[in-house]
Amino acid sequence: MSAVKEFKRPDGRKPDEIRPMEAKVGIVPNADGSAMFSFGDTIAIAAVYGPKKMHPQHQQNPEKGTLRCTYNMLSFSVTERIRPGPNRRSTEIGKITEWSLDPVVMIKKYPNMVIDVHIHVLQANASTRCAGINAAALALAHAGIPMNDIVSSISIGKLDKQLVVDLDKDEEDWEEGEGATDIPITMTPNGDITHIQLDGKINSKVLKEVIELARIKTKEVYEVQKKALKDSIKEIK
Amino acid sequence: MVLQLQRKLKKMTKNKIERKIVIPGEIIAKGEDYLPGEGTEKRGDEIITTRYGLAEESNRLMKVIALSGIYQPRRGNVVIGRVENVTFYGWNIDLDSPEYAFLPLQEVPTYVNKDRLNDIFEIGDVIIAKIIGVTNRGIDLTIKSRGLGKIDEGIIIKINSNKVPRIIGKEGSMINLMKNESGCHITVGQNGLIWIQGDKIEDELLVKKAIMFVNEKSFTSGLTKEMKEWFNKEKQK
Repeated sequence: MSAVKEFKRPDGRKPDEIRPMEAKVGIVPNADGSAMFSFGDTIAIAAVYGPKKMHPQHQQNPEKGTLRCTYNMLSFSVTERIRPGPNRRSTEIGKITEWSLDPVVMIKKYPNMVIDVHIHVLQANASTRCAGINAAALALAHAGIPMNDIVSSISIGKLDKQLVVDLDKDEEDWEEGEGATDIPITMTPNGDITHIQLDGKINSKVLKEVIELARIKTKEVYEVQKKALKDSIKEIK
Repeated sequence: MVLQLQRKLKKMTKNKIERKIVIPGEIIAKGEDYLPGEGTEKRGDEIITTRYGLAEESNRLMKVIALSGIYQPRRGNVVIGRVENVTFYGWNIDLDSPEYAFLPLQEVPTYVNKDRLNDIFEIGDVIIAKIIGVTNRGIDLTIKSRGLGKIDEGIIIKINSNKVPRIIGKEGSMINLMKNESGCHITVGQNGLIWIQGDKIEDELLVKKAIMFVNEKSFTSGLTKEMKEWFNKEKQK
């Protein structure tokens, strides 16, 4: 038990401390909507194009529109250069982003159309998908697309037996005790989960604690997103 | 006493115009006293915003003025478009929006030889038309009204369709000012395309500059007055 109290994270943060967050909208002038979101060193930008006519025509859906997300990590985003272009991981995260945004975007209003969301990670230090989802939600709102809510995403981790918020790269590679478990969660401000992933080991009782912690922490993220959107109009004035 | 009343009245009218910046998912009104308008939705007894923009209340109707997003066609809107294709029954028009628009043969006021539709409009012609209907298949247009038809000369510029009300101004104050100051003929399509025609190209370019000025400065109060000063300054140059 004493180990829990003396728990120290590699970068000296408190267990429930998120890295400094920053958000800004309207950073890509040519896009219909755009945003940047960062957790400390992790920076993601998102640009939204559309709604526009779906091409090729056979992919059009007359019942509801399509949300298409692409996730991309730039080759210089990590210390060791990564091969540019789509890969297994980026396709998966793109799909995950689509699913996490789908419940809030009112896509039914745009039949036969497509909304493109492009997410680029400029700098990566873990939690890139969370930063990407946060930026994408902001960019969609900025593009004037009707939504039920804005979603906020955060990763909750378990290092040995300690729950921590917003993992970084050092913590992801934690090897002591039970090792590291990484759980990215996306929620609406009401606490409805739109996306949850789990990498590692955890029991159901602790998982419930994780979700409760995420409910509190996504609110903090939401406040940052809200401020970014509201401040961008003041600048026009 | 009278002064006090006047002050109170001033305050009341001031409150009425007051706009609030909102993001999707915000509760802007509670209870049965308010009605949901554009960009809002009723859930339970709460009115919730679904778009990013400025919330406004008028006669118990809550609505959100969107700042971004695609053009939403409405019946009765005057629009400007380009002939995309000539078919057997009419013309396909590109309104610079993702929806299909069609001008049927019957909606042309003159006699049309069915074999020679090209005589009326050719591919690439630009026309002013009015929307007579919006279905899930697309937009139906007409040119059977005064001021509608083919455009022969002048310049066309494109702005965001959400800013069209700013260009027109309160009861046309802004657009009339521009017309009087420049002597140009201006037609504003609700889809964001603006046709300017004047005697000299310099006049047309002045209007273009003025419109871009309004476009950038939209959502500042007292813009018409500012515009007057702007014109005076431009003329002295």
